[in-house]
Amino acid sequence: MTTKTDVNGAATSSDWQDRYYHVDQILDRPGPRTDPSFLAGDEVKDFLRNKCKILVIGAGGLGCEILANLALTGFKDIHLIDMDTIDISNLNRQFLFRPADVGRPKAIVAAEHVMKRVPGVKVTPYYGKIQDKGDDYYLQFNLVICGLDSVEARRWINATLVNLVDPANPESFKGQARVILPTVSSCYECSLDMLNKPTTFPICTIANTPHLPEHRIECASVLEWPRTRGDEKLDTDDPEHIGWLYSIAVARAKEFKIEGVTWSLTQGVVKNVIPAIASTNAIIAASCCNEAFKIATSSAAYLNNYFMLIGTEGVYSYTFEHEKRDHCPVCEGEALEMSIMISRDWTVEQLIELLTEKQNIQIKKASLATPEKPIYFQQPPQLEEATRPNLEKRVSELVPDGGEVVVTASTLPFSLSLIITYE
Amino acid sequence: MIKIWSMKKNEDAATKKRPKTSAAQIRVQKDLTELDLPPTMKTDFPDPTDLLNFVLTITPDEGMYKGGAFSFSFTINTNYPHEPPKVKCMQTIYHPNVDLEGNVCLNILREDWKPVLNLNSVMVGLQYLFLEPNADDPLNKEAAEELRKNREQFLYNVKTSMRGGNIKGVTYDKVFV
Repeated sequence: MTTKTDVNGAATSSDWQDRYYHVDQILDRPGPRTDPSFLAGDEVKDFLRNKCKILVIGAGGLGCEILANLALTGFKDIHLIDMDTIDISNLNRQFLFRPADVGRPKAIVAAEHVMKRVPGVKVTPYYGKIQDKGDDYYLQFNLVICGLDSVEARRWINATLVNLVDPANPESFKGQARVILPTVSSCYECSLDMLNKPTTFPICTIANTPHLPEHRIECASVLEWPRTRGDEKLDTDDPEHIGWLYSIAVARAKEFKIEGVTWSLTQGVVKNVIPAIASTNAIIAASCCNEAFKIATSSAAYLNNYFMLIGTEGVYSYTFEHEKRDHCPVCEGEALEMSIMISRDWTVEQLIELLTEKQNIQIKKASLATPEKPIYFQQPPQLEEATRPNLEKRVSELVPDGGEVVVTASTLPFSLSLIITYE
Repeated sequence: MIKIWSMKKNEDAATKKRPKTSAAQIRVQKDLTELDLPPTMKTDFPDPTDLLNFVLTITPDEGMYKGGAFSFSFTINTNYPHEPPKVKCMQTIYHPNVDLEGNVCLNILREDWKPVLNLNSVMVGLQYLFLEPNADDPLNKEAAEELRKNREQFLYNVKTSMRGGNIKGVTYDKVFV
């Protein structure tokens, strides 16, 4: 075994001798399970340490772990997005934050902390929403790791990313890590039907026959809030709002002799919070970073494609290949995406006729819309009437060159995305 | 770094720009354009370019609520169909499963919602509430009590409320058309 005295491909002043001794054991020579495209030695190290740009989404429980792991593995150009600020309840597991940081943006504090502790790593934070950024922003990254906690955010990022995704979502003692190669392997939307439903209670139960503290809290937020506070939007992060719900729920719980309404349960029910467990985060984050490392370096076979950790009873894990869902609205877009070139003089009606007649399409009774608004809808009657005048209009007045038209019809399993270009 | 582009069957597809329309929006378009509503139900879009907010009016042609027109507001968020649409009755009506604020107790709007259900199923479900009010899952307890104990009185109350009358201190909206 040779100990290199110079640091290959990463000759920055902050690298000291043997900094990457252990990682280099993997990168200096191919092993039995390395990919044929693996280029052992300087080239792969140069890519990992100088060229690879990686994005971490979320700087919460998972994000902190992921960030620390990546920085210590040798990724040096890390970007970070998070829209949250630090809450005192985060400190038990989000180890990049200190009590003095409470109230500051997670992304910024995490970036500062990692850069201070790991010399030579550049972490570029963005304090804001993932939706603020466009395709150009996301396309600059070689890899994206998601440590997101909401289904909505995950679906959004899944639908947006064209490159490589790795979402993970620990829930209490359970967690998943998966490798998503967009359009190659199954995506988040494909597995949407595997999600647990959020816990909901029948509205009549919570109103009339409550028997759990959760029922009273749900009643306070679903029924009492709109009744008393009118159109004011419930902000689950506002302590005043939670406090209001809590006091209402406590009062009502007394009437029904229900015990156990607490502030934290109130917060838990209205935010649909699942308790976070530090060790689950650590395992899932480690698995994600391990995959990111393997994908970035081709040094070993990567996860195919779904890893599940179940820590509720002992420690059990299972890995399987989640298959793509037919007609998945996000990743099957390939099969159901079509480009079409028409004359600028064509009317909407002519386009609809073309869809009916064309051999490889044959969509009867198509309804069309741009991402902004309906062009022509077959149903319901009011929208049909409202959009009927568009039939006479030229497509080019409504859709820009290269623009997208979403086509739905009862004969289509899901929808067709039509990219229109003009002659 | 693995080369994702070379893993694609079709290089063209890889360079193509991804659609901008959200999955929720596409799904709503699909649901709406394939609605198959009986003449007793009508949709109204205050803003025809906004597909996520609309009103459904049900005019039952049989049952106890025959002759009335009942309006429900539909609000669909970007998490549809993972989450059900939010539906509220826009009038104050006398119904065991609708409270005075317009909250509706329909299982598929809350605990039994599944993404395979669609707007059509919700609408048909709402109409069913007017054909078969359900006294077992009450939101308006008094109305449910009446329906269970004294069907004749309940029927009378329904008619009174639909005319805009007053029952036990509550004035209901006139819904007769």
